[in-house]
Amino acid sequence: MFVTILILGLVLGGTYALLALGLTLQYGIARIMNLAYGELTLAAAFILVALMQGFGISPLLTVALIGPVGYVVGSLLYTVMMKPLVARSSGGKLDVDSILATFGLLFLIQGALLMVFGPNFTSISYLDKGVTIFGVTVALNRLIALGICVVVGGALVIALATTRWGLALRAVAQTPTSAPLVGLDVNKVARQGFALGTALAATAGATVAMYQTFSASGGVVFTMKALVIVIMGGVGNVGGALAAGLLLGLVETFVATAIDPGLTLAATFAIFLLVLLFRPQGLFGKA
Amino acid sequence: MKYVIYPVALALLAAVPFVASDYALGLLIGMVTYVTLASAWAMFSGPTHYVSLATVAFYGAGAYVVAMLNEVMAYPMILLITAGVGATMALVVGLSTLRLAGVYFVIFSFGLAELIRQLITWYEINIYGTLGRYIFVDITARGIYWQMLGLAAITIGLTAYINRSRLGLALRVIGDDEVVAAHSGIPLARMKLMAFVLSATILTLAGAIASPRWVYVEPAIVFNPTVSFLTVIMALFGGANRLWGPALGAIPLFLAFEYLSAHFPDVYPIFLGALFIGVVFLFPNGVLAGIEGLRRGKKEETA
Repeated sequence: MFVTILILGLVLGGTYALLALGLTLQYGIARIMNLAYGELTLAAAFILVALMQGFGISPLLTVALIGPVGYVVGSLLYTVMMKPLVARSSGGKLDVDSILATFGLLFLIQGALLMVFGPNFTSISYLDKGVTIFGVTVALNRLIALGICVVVGGALVIALATTRWGLALRAVAQTPTSAPLVGLDVNKVARQGFALGTALAATAGATVAMYQTFSASGGVVFTMKALVIVIMGGVGNVGGALAAGLLLGLVETFVATAIDPGLTLAATFAIFLLVLLFRPQGLFGKA
Repeated sequence: MKYVIYPVALALLAAVPFVASDYALGLLIGMVTYVTLASAWAMFSGPTHYVSLATVAFYGAGAYVVAMLNEVMAYPMILLITAGVGATMALVVGLSTLRLAGVYFVIFSFGLAELIRQLITWYEINIYGTLGRYIFVDITARGIYWQMLGLAAITIGLTAYINRSRLGLALRVIGDDEVVAAHSGIPLARMKLMAFVLSATILTLAGAIASPRWVYVEPAIVFNPTVSFLTVIMALFGGANRLWGPALGAIPLFLAFEYLSAHFPDVYPIFLGALFIGVVFLFPNGVLAGIEGLRRGKKEETA
């Protein structure tokens, strides 16, 4: 029982961690609270299914290619939609403006997905056979999904921590007003942060599509969970988001198997409330 | 002068059901409901800029209180309890989020309706036994209309009163700059909490008043997230910082959405999305302020 929860929880948490990573980059670096995040994730999931069913393209290939596509889309979105808002306002006003604008984007993407793919639940069966680890049977596609999350998430954490490029991103995240003093183009870095976040959203979405059922109107749940994880981990804290994502996966699996599957969202929210009440700076942040 | 105009206008509006058809009355109830929701939403979110996406959490909770109690209690008593439930919910949400930066509040409110929907669904299935309840209250459509009209009048009256009171001034300062507000000695959390509880209580009451129209309720029907989103866009469209802004935004948009959902249900979300983006980019302070800005601009040109 315990081992089952641990393994299934980690597998679920891996996807959550990857999902939250993108959102924490977007909010931490570009200062855009993106409520359309879950819809971008879903769009990638639908593309994976359409490519597989329409053209027989392997889902793994799509997962590898969808990241760069997401990067370009994110870059365009930032230039066309977010940059005018950033130029117009700052601080709390930018929060309100970006929330409302991305809220509109949420409906635009959702409407487009509904028109193209219809309102039904979609899923594919891909590598859907059981693998036994420590006496627990896990579907192979879920294990691959976890592998993708570990590789992508890990590579990003290392790149942010060690490269010059990562240093620039972290500098803008920390104090956007001082970054120009050391010769950083804040606008460019913010665009990169937003685009990178979108790339992660797309990768996570394609990964989810490999093993989970989803529908065009379910994007809000992805956004919601990613948001809760981001706040648990501390806004802009990449390592925190990874840890909090895994933690949330464990908690949800525990609640679903040991108590009642209908209460998983309530559990998510209970954690969220506790974090807000006692550690609003995030589980790993400093007061 | 306005002490004559407003009562007369209210009396005229109250007399409409005597000449309107059933269909028109239904439309009117919907319209007045959204005027109430948008105005109550703007009471808190307008001056403070704390965008609440949780309208339907309170509205739906109000309807559910009626559904749960309508067989055991008299209607006025239920309304009192509804107000209490709404205020308590708002206190819990407000105490945990309003002390923090606005973005935490938005995120929490974003998921609140879904949370309450799932909790009630779980309760109904596991403890009550069946999902879905009936509301049999001896109230006609006209009765609902009058109650809702009364609530709308109270909401707008209360907003006007708050705007002139110390609370209103405090909220505006908080909305402009929280640091300045804190340094001026304004108790931030208490002021935000007061306004939020007032606004949420009205939203909950509106749900209770509108509930007899449903007859049959279950969580998926009552906690329809679209209600929250429509409320926000209506208030912003008209101008959330103005007394009559939310009401003036609610009327045309209610009719537009009513038409769209009947004739073009597929493009509904796209229209809603485009409207949000359009308002943020073109009319950040609402259409009323936008029109005024244009007129002022023209006057300056000619002067």
